Amino acid sequence: MTESTPATAALSVEGVTHAFGSKKALDDVSLEAPAGAFTALVGQNGAGKTTLFSLITRLYNNRSGSIRVLGADVRRTPATALSQLGVVFQARTLDLELTVQQNLLYHAALHGIGRGEAKQRAEAALTRVNLVERAKDKVRALSGGQMRRVEIARALLHGPRLLLLDEPTTGLDIGSRRTLLEEVRRLIQQDGIGVLWATHLTDEIAVADRVVVLHQGKVMAKGTPQELCARAKTDDVGAAFMSIVGETQKPRKASA
Amino acid sequence: MSAVVADAPLRPHRGVSASGYLVCLGGIVWRESLRFLHQRGRFLSALVRPLVWLFIFAAGFRATLGVSIIPPYETYILYEVYIAPGLMAMIQLFNGLQSSLSMVYDREVGAMRILLVSPYPRWFLLVSKLVAGIAVSLLQVYAFLLVAYFWDVRPDDPMGYLYVLPALILTGFMLGAMGLAMSSVFKQLENFASVMNFVIFPMFFASSALYPLWRVQQSSELLYFICTYNPFTHAVELIRFALYGQLEWTALAVVAGCSAVFLTAAVLAYDPSTGLTARRGGPDAAK
Repeated sequence: MTESTPATAALSVEGVTHAFGSKKALDDVSLEAPAGAFTALVGQNGAGKTTLFSLITRLYNNRSGSIRVLGADVRRTPATALSQLGVVFQARTLDLELTVQQNLLYHAALHGIGRGEAKQRAEAALTRVNLVERAKDKVRALSGGQMRRVEIARALLHGPRLLLLDEPTTGLDIGSRRTLLEEVRRLIQQDGIGVLWATHLTDEIAVADRVVVLHQGKVMAKGTPQELCARAKTDDVGAAFMSIVGETQKPRKASA
Repeated sequence: MSAVVADAPLRPHRGVSASGYLVCLGGIVWRESLRFLHQRGRFLSALVRPLVWLFIFAAGFRATLGVSIIPPYETYILYEVYIAPGLMAMIQLFNGLQSSLSMVYDREVGAMRILLVSPYPRWFLLVSKLVAGIAVSLLQVYAFLLVAYFWDVRPDDPMGYLYVLPALILTGFMLGAMGLAMSSVFKQLENFASVMNFVIFPMFFASSALYPLWRVQQSSELLYFICTYNPFTHAVELIRFALYGQLEWTALAVVAGCSAVFLTAAVLAYDPSTGLTARRGGPDAAK
């Protein structure tokens, strides 16, 4: 398992614990998402993926440990960290009444990008997700998959080096899922950005990806899909995931 | 600028800058206005509500409620004239709470999260949101004043329309900040009816909006006491005096003080380390 140093990792999470009241949502979580790679954060519902995303995007602060986006600590230098970060949230976050371009321009303004430059960036970002001809359409008129791609374009607008996606394929059909994955993988190749992709669908993982398994707030395994399969003595990533997750429930029996 | 080419990676933006603050503020106001223009129904109801009070309620009560000469009025006035400032404040109260509810709604659809991942400081984002709300409320109030003008409800001096502007900005700020602070407490989208019952009606009726306070005092000392401590009373009085080119210092102090308190509460509530969202598990906690 190759670990990149925190300074070069697009995202570096170290020893983060977070609790709501007495319920521990994250327990000593450490993980890295290197630049130019696809890191899949796999976990079932309630594993702590969304909490982790909330901490990375600074919706609230981590109480312990550190989170760094390209070396910038989210808590100490939030402005630097957030300006290098692009996010696609699980919930749909586009204004349905506004056009695609208006949505993008609003987001650009939130990053302090003026109108002229924002328009150019919007066009470039929409080109990357093959939706440039829909710029003037109202978001309401788009399909679910297209909305997701607009959200990705929006997340790319300010030129982030790290892209976070929280279960982006939720509610999409098979075709749209595939298109979305292909586009994100192409972005990694073309632009060299780091991607952290949270999902509970193991068939979204490809051979070259890095996988982090999160279960009940703990990191259960990290590595390539092959390494996970080898550990679980199976050749199917899904089975490997279930086996690794099962280790906590039946600690003596399930692990081989 | 020409560096942005379609198939080259998007350049990283330089991050937070001084001019960026203005761009950010402008963007938030622009989006809020766009949304407002798209919601014609909201504008219409914002306009019709006070007009119903003016045309029907005030006309009906004109006969039963005599208003004696009280400052800032120098002559006997019609009841319509008396309640106009209260209705202006009511427009702002509704708008403040509606935009706070839209924050809750925004948060549900996630737009609040988009706002909060902006690299600009959170207090600045919240103040920008407030400024956007005030701009929308000013639009509504002046539309109301225009209609009221033709109903013969107007200040003695046309300059009153100008004098009242700073008062409206301040009262809009107070009521908007109040809504903002409240929005952080709402767990999920609650219907507007409960907000009407528990916030708008008590604040509106227990104030000097519909009847002068000396009249209230005649009927109930307790109610009079409540009215004098209701910030909404002071918002109404600030507007009422400003419309006649006068400054009511007590009202100004109360409105400014309440604005500061409400804004501080809102900023604390949305702060990532002290905020309620952190303790409760964030906007997604309700899911």
